[in-house]
Amino acid sequence: MKYLLLGDEAIAQGAIDAGLSGVYAYPGTPSTEITEYIQHQQSKGTHPSIFCKWATNEKTAMEAALGMAYMGKRALVCMKHVGMNVCADAFMNAAITGVNGGLVVLAADDPSMHSSQNEQDSRFYAKFAMIPCLEPSNQQEAYDITRYAFELSEQLKTPILLRVTTRMAHSRAIVETTNEPMPQKTMRLPEDVKRFILLPAFARNNYAHLVEMQKSFGEISGQAGWNTYTKGSCPTKGILTTGIAYNYLMENYQPQMGYSILKVVQYPLPVAMIQQMVADGVQEILVMEEGQPVVEEMIRGMVPSTVAIKGRLTGDLPRVGELTPDSVRLALGLEPLPQHDADALVVSRPPALCQGCGHRDVYAALNEVAREYASPRIFGDIGCYTLGALSPFHALHATVEMGASITMAKGAADAGQHPAIAIIGDSTFTHSGMTGLLDCVNSNANVVVLISDNLTTGMTGGQDSAGTGRIEQICYGLGVAQEHVRVVVPLPKNMEEIKNILREEIEYDGTSVVIARRECIQTLKRHLKAKK
Amino acid sequence: MKRDIILAGVGGQGILSIATVIGDAALSEGLYLKQAEVHGMSQRGGDVQSNLRLSSEPIHSDLIPKGGADLIISLEPMEALRYMEYLKEDGWIVTSSVPFVNIPNYPALEEVLAHVQAFEHHVLLDVEQLAKEAGAPAQAANMVLLGASIPMLGIEYDKVIAGVKRIFERKGEKVVSANIAAIEAGYKAVK
Repeated sequence: MKYLLLGDEAIAQGAIDAGLSGVYAYPGTPSTEITEYIQHQQSKGTHPSIFCKWATNEKTAMEAALGMAYMGKRALVCMKHVGMNVCADAFMNAAITGVNGGLVVLAADDPSMHSSQNEQDSRFYAKFAMIPCLEPSNQQEAYDITRYAFELSEQLKTPILLRVTTRMAHSRAIVETTNEPMPQKTMRLPEDVKRFILLPAFARNNYAHLVEMQKSFGEISGQAGWNTYTKGSCPTKGILTTGIAYNYLMENYQPQMGYSILKVVQYPLPVAMIQQMVADGVQEILVMEEGQPVVEEMIRGMVPSTVAIKGRLTGDLPRVGELTPDSVRLALGLEPLPQHDADALVVSRPPALCQGCGHRDVYAALNEVAREYASPRIFGDIGCYTLGALSPFHALHATVEMGASITMAKGAADAGQHPAIAIIGDSTFTHSGMTGLLDCVNSNANVVVLISDNLTTGMTGGQDSAGTGRIEQICYGLGVAQEHVRVVVPLPKNMEEIKNILREEIEYDGTSVVIARRECIQTLKRHLKAKK
Repeated sequence: MKRDIILAGVGGQGILSIATVIGDAALSEGLYLKQAEVHGMSQRGGDVQSNLRLSSEPIHSDLIPKGGADLIISLEPMEALRYMEYLKEDGWIVTSSVPFVNIPNYPALEEVLAHVQAFEHHVLLDVEQLAKEAGAPAQAANMVLLGASIPMLGIEYDKVIAGVKRIFERKGEKVVSANIAAIEAGYKAVK
């Protein structure tokens, strides 16, 4: 059958058709739609049961997926690139244990930071963990290669990293799916249990085995058919593309250029193909890759020093941001297409909190109270409420990564700052804030943790939040004194009450939590509509 | 046949519904299609766009190059101007004339409209008013805009209507007929 699918959806459908038994993920742009697609297919009740409930964070997701793969079934873990940092411990060690059933780790990178705080390249993680990486160039390939990834994972008994970037994840194209989806695997215990017990004595053997496997990983990259090399008529110029960079090359390519082209979709890099390119007389290789200059750095050791390597490091392509058909066009030495000038009248329109959003009322109250102090510090976190840093609130003094609001406020308080205030959403709190709150409790740090609880994971479109209905209990359980866990409803009519409670808790010398709870305006609309 | 279209607007205005209908009609015509969307943070009231590419030949890039777009379809007049660099020299702008003002420094509306009108190939319509006159709800304004774009789309009117029927079928006859009325109003306004 043919379908019009986002790259994310093509991956999800590929996983379903590969006999997936469980998808484990925490929402994160641009990866969210993979899990949502599987959840949607499951809600139709037409497929065999696939576990697809959201995980609390990427680390719990990775570990649960490893557990399912341990039992011989096929599991998929999905996350945005920075999620790889959260699950890195589990990920790196899953490469040491290896797997029993197929385990595919999907990392969706966000070059140009459309919805992220950095543009780290997940291919480094594959190299770091010494496992194969797949980077499809189009939506059809994304579907096909996801199915291949599970086969390869089981063949090599190793996790596989599947890497996409925003323009693959969030672009639709026609995808032809198989008529013969695979059934799910039955439970099958690993033959060698010791592999999964990473005592140093066992882990050393596993690691030596992983190192030994590198040669065959490389050979498979050269032979599996995903990487292709085409010798051109121009004897000296070669181009190496990875992932979707190939599309930008083809958008601009003219047959008379005659360049030799190596299209890389599978890693480790196919060394023999690169050396063939050099043997064919190529004296200059232009590397086009989405993300950081990973390949551009790596191939320097694979070719003679007389071969010029060009790309992002040499300024032939922009050092930062995603590739575009325009930047690739210039790198090929072509003139820009004739175009109109940008219109100087146009001003930027940054995103903003929705009208009627509870976070707005939280910031209105918080700002008023904070102004009563000479030097307040408000540490923000990751979610819609990060927009409180922008106009009209300008409320935040830091925002770094998931959960950092609480622990940075603690560190600031430890340094002598008062008031030290953290503002964090409910989903981010359960993702990575709870352990930091325990640290606060253990030293009775003088912080106010403001949990802006909208009962959902809002920024990514309203997914279930792991602690909904239990935020107070979680705080009590972590040891916050009950009288210092305060709950307010962020509405304009409650402004005086909210401000008074904030003042009281700021003046309390110890750890307190203020929960501002009102449903996300977007999910509320959806729920009201569904009721009709 | 090849059409590169930039759909523009403000997060929440409904540009993706336009893309969905055009996409469905294009697929029924056997065309290749690629459509890059914006999800995530910018959907919260920020500027959003979608690159929609249709062709009878396979399409490589998910993104339209600067100077490559045949058509900008915009639900907001300043947002139409944001993508001028992407428009072909002889490309078309089809835009709503109704501003969406959620920023303090929105430029003078008459200047924005004058910039659109200074462009030879432009269609400037009060799509909300046209939706109302057609007896359709305000949310169908995006379908009025779609109707006004049909002459530049390279896809026939009847095929677009068939697409609307397929897309909105499960929402009931009332929604289908309101959307068709809106498309017809936009189509007639430019004829």
